[in-house]
Amino acid sequence: MALASVLQSESVDFSNYGRQRHGFASGLYEAELGLESVGGDRLSFALSTSCSNEDGPDRKIEFLHGTTTLAFKFQHGVIVAVDSRATAGSYIASQTVKKVIEINPYLLGTMAGGAADCSFWERLLARQCRVYELRNKERISVAAASKLLANMVYQYKGMGLSMGTMVCGWDKTGPGLYYVDSEGNRVCGDLFAVGSGSMYAYGIVDSGLKQKDLTVEEACDLGRRAIYQATYRDAYSGGQVNLYHVHSEGWTRVSQSDVLMLHQQYQAEKA
Amino acid sequence: MAARYDRAITVFSPDGHLFQVEYAQEAVKKGSTAVGIRGKDIVVLGVEKKSVAKLQEERTVRKICALDDHVCMAFAGLTADARIVINRARVECQSHRLTVEDPVTVEYITRHIATLKQRYTQSNGRRPFGISALIVGFDCDGTPRLYQTDPSGTYHAWKANAIGRSAKTVREFLEKNYTEESIATDNESIKLAIKALLEVVQSGGKNIELAVIRRNQSLKLLESKEIETLVTEIEKEKEEEAEKKKQKKST
Repeated sequence: MALASVLQSESVDFSNYGRQRHGFASGLYEAELGLESVGGDRLSFALSTSCSNEDGPDRKIEFLHGTTTLAFKFQHGVIVAVDSRATAGSYIASQTVKKVIEINPYLLGTMAGGAADCSFWERLLARQCRVYELRNKERISVAAASKLLANMVYQYKGMGLSMGTMVCGWDKTGPGLYYVDSEGNRVCGDLFAVGSGSMYAYGIVDSGLKQKDLTVEEACDLGRRAIYQATYRDAYSGGQVNLYHVHSEGWTRVSQSDVLMLHQQYQAEKA
Repeated sequence: MAARYDRAITVFSPDGHLFQVEYAQEAVKKGSTAVGIRGKDIVVLGVEKKSVAKLQEERTVRKICALDDHVCMAFAGLTADARIVINRARVECQSHRLTVEDPVTVEYITRHIATLKQRYTQSNGRRPFGISALIVGFDCDGTPRLYQTDPSGTYHAWKANAIGRSAKTVREFLEKNYTEESIATDNESIKLAIKALLEVVQSGGKNIELAVIRRNQSLKLLESKEIETLVTEIEKEKEEEAEKKKQKKST
């Protein structure tokens, strides 16, 4: 695998860097790889599944580590942007995967890791949220919803679940954004990007978020561009950019843009 | 008839009674009186202090207990049963804070206590809890609440209520005297609670224990001095009222 050797040197840096700063991002892959130290023979999170078939534990399940999902808070709520590519090694299995799960009309969850794990646990979360709503006659807060999910998967820690999701919503305290994964991490934050293309996405969003007061249009544009840039450089992300906006009334599906269309659009803008 | 159907908790009588639960409610009626008042910015709990033996340390027996910073309860009935219920409620308050990252609402913890009590009316080998509880507090949004539970596991919200011995008398007094004016200020609400208790408590201020929660503050037990001052105020007002009536009659 030529690509593997090219990326290996970079991958080593990535996993180290990841481990220090973004415990959550690399945590996913440490579990996957089952190693504490930086493995030179282990491929980074840039490459995923099929390699683990050959040299790792027998795992024939397709994991969506090759992905880019992104969410950030801003003045008018939360923007959630995801790509839609699923890969099995170097084979593109699908370009039209739905990586945003609609938990209920005001809560969204993103999908990274095992598709089955993500959708199953988030549907279970939807059921819990609804029961909470009926019992307590008020909507569940984003903090509580993410806590329920984190507690549910923590019981299965070490048993091979793979899930890295961002729970996004709006409750009475305003916009809420939590990162939850199958390792038991649960972190509140203003900006998260998960997946192999996350670094590229971070670059765009970090520079674009300099101005504090973004309008909804600008924020959507930023999210879209960040995913586009990630798909541009990351082989394992692509397809369409699905964009959602969470506001006080709930979430709205803003757009679904094919990456190739976006490419032409941005090229035209440059000229 | 009752003799056959009152031994086991899990047996209904032919006319639809659960006798064990009703007997538990009788036990509650033997307990010392407790009264709860929901004001506008304050909630008040008052209990009749049972006279303490000479050698007994007074402070070990407390009928008003905090469940969390913003919720507290008073009970009437079997003290030992109450201790268990209070323990479970306190744990639940903290569990709720852990899983939901928010303090409990008064309704939630009342529902939890009521569900606990109901469970004990429907399992083998256990008897119901012999207590009624008055649960007061403020929700996150600042609304004051007062709930009452009873041994059968039902709960209701009240504006003012009394449980225990002579609860009926006190409740009738409250029905007459609970008006918008009487709860207009914090002080007035406290005085209303004391007046209600004075209806049935024998020797005045010394046998009354009072606790208040104000919005965004935790439970405060009033000292006996404060209670004494308030009792003297109330007695003055009573005298003034009596004099006015005399004047009216004479004119």
